[in-house]
Amino acid sequence: MRITGLILFVLMGCLLFYGVLDFPVWGDPLSPASSHLSPYYIEHTMADTSVPNIVTSVLADYRGYDTMFETIVIFTAGIICIFILKTFKATRSESRKYRHIPTGITLRIEKGGKTPEDSDHFERIDSVWIPYDLVIRTTCRMVIPFIQVFALYVIAHGHHSPGGGFQGGVILGASLVLFAIGFNLRLAISQVGEKITVFMCALGVFIYAGTGIMCMFLKSNFLDYSALAPFWGTDPVTARSHGILIVEIGVGMAVMAVMILLYYTLASAGKYDEGL
Amino acid sequence: MIWQIELIILILVVLFGIGALAIRDLLGAAILFGAYSFMLCLLWAIMGAVDVAFTEASVGAGISTVLFVSAVLRTTRRTDN
Repeated sequence: MRITGLILFVLMGCLLFYGVLDFPVWGDPLSPASSHLSPYYIEHTMADTSVPNIVTSVLADYRGYDTMFETIVIFTAGIICIFILKTFKATRSESRKYRHIPTGITLRIEKGGKTPEDSDHFERIDSVWIPYDLVIRTTCRMVIPFIQVFALYVIAHGHHSPGGGFQGGVILGASLVLFAIGFNLRLAISQVGEKITVFMCALGVFIYAGTGIMCMFLKSNFLDYSALAPFWGTDPVTARSHGILIVEIGVGMAVMAVMILLYYTLASAGKYDEGL
Repeated sequence: MIWQIELIILILVVLFGIGALAIRDLLGAAILFGAYSFMLCLLWAIMGAVDVAFTEASVGAGISTVLFVSAVLRTTRRTDN
């Protein structure tokens, strides 16, 4: 079986390399992609959408329909992950660990034991990590705001520099994942809960699709942002640039929520109780 | 672009890819996959696709490594093949 697999692997590799031979040379100005479509985008983007970053304008305006369904794919991935991994029946874990704050003593309470849940003198700690983590917590507390500001910059500045909704959303989600790792998962869930994340996934997709449908209500094509010009009080070209921003915010929101949701579900094995 | 650097990165991409497939420790495979993504990100940046490089760095090298590590820690670290 191993030998057969290896032979198939080598054959497929040779086939792929044979296919690559027919590709145009990298950066060939005479290739079909650079002779028909790219010149149009390069020459017309600034006049059509007033967005200097051509990639962003192609992603969110010329090919906006594709990007909407990319967002829906990510949304579906998050929802499916919950359906597969979440344990819907609430089960109490085997034993819990608490720390008595004034003395620093760690208590292990077996299943069925009385837990000091409401007391101010006890804090619950993860059973896989008992020591104090002052350095990690302080570092996270200092770093996370900068990561989040950078993520917002990436989303908002996607018109002018590399970046956009997908990258900014992932960075924003990563800052919350860092919070959940550096502190603990329960604190992260109490700040950004499971319900609000699922809601934000759906809201991000809704903002994207809603912008498109609003353009249809204003007697224009789906996702033709120039129809929104009366709302902004600008000319149609600038309105397309603003429409891209709205759509990028929707994408960023959905991607951030899905990344947080995937981490919550994977790290806690679907229980939303103890993380890494 | 300096072709020596390009060649080194290309060789590293292949090495990390083969390493991630061949290693028996799944946690090590997750880390090697992150390194592979990062090298690929550098390659995109060299080819001038800065947006793709940014996505590769944030998604491939960043969040997917975290998700792999959390999945490994919740399942098993060893693999039979």
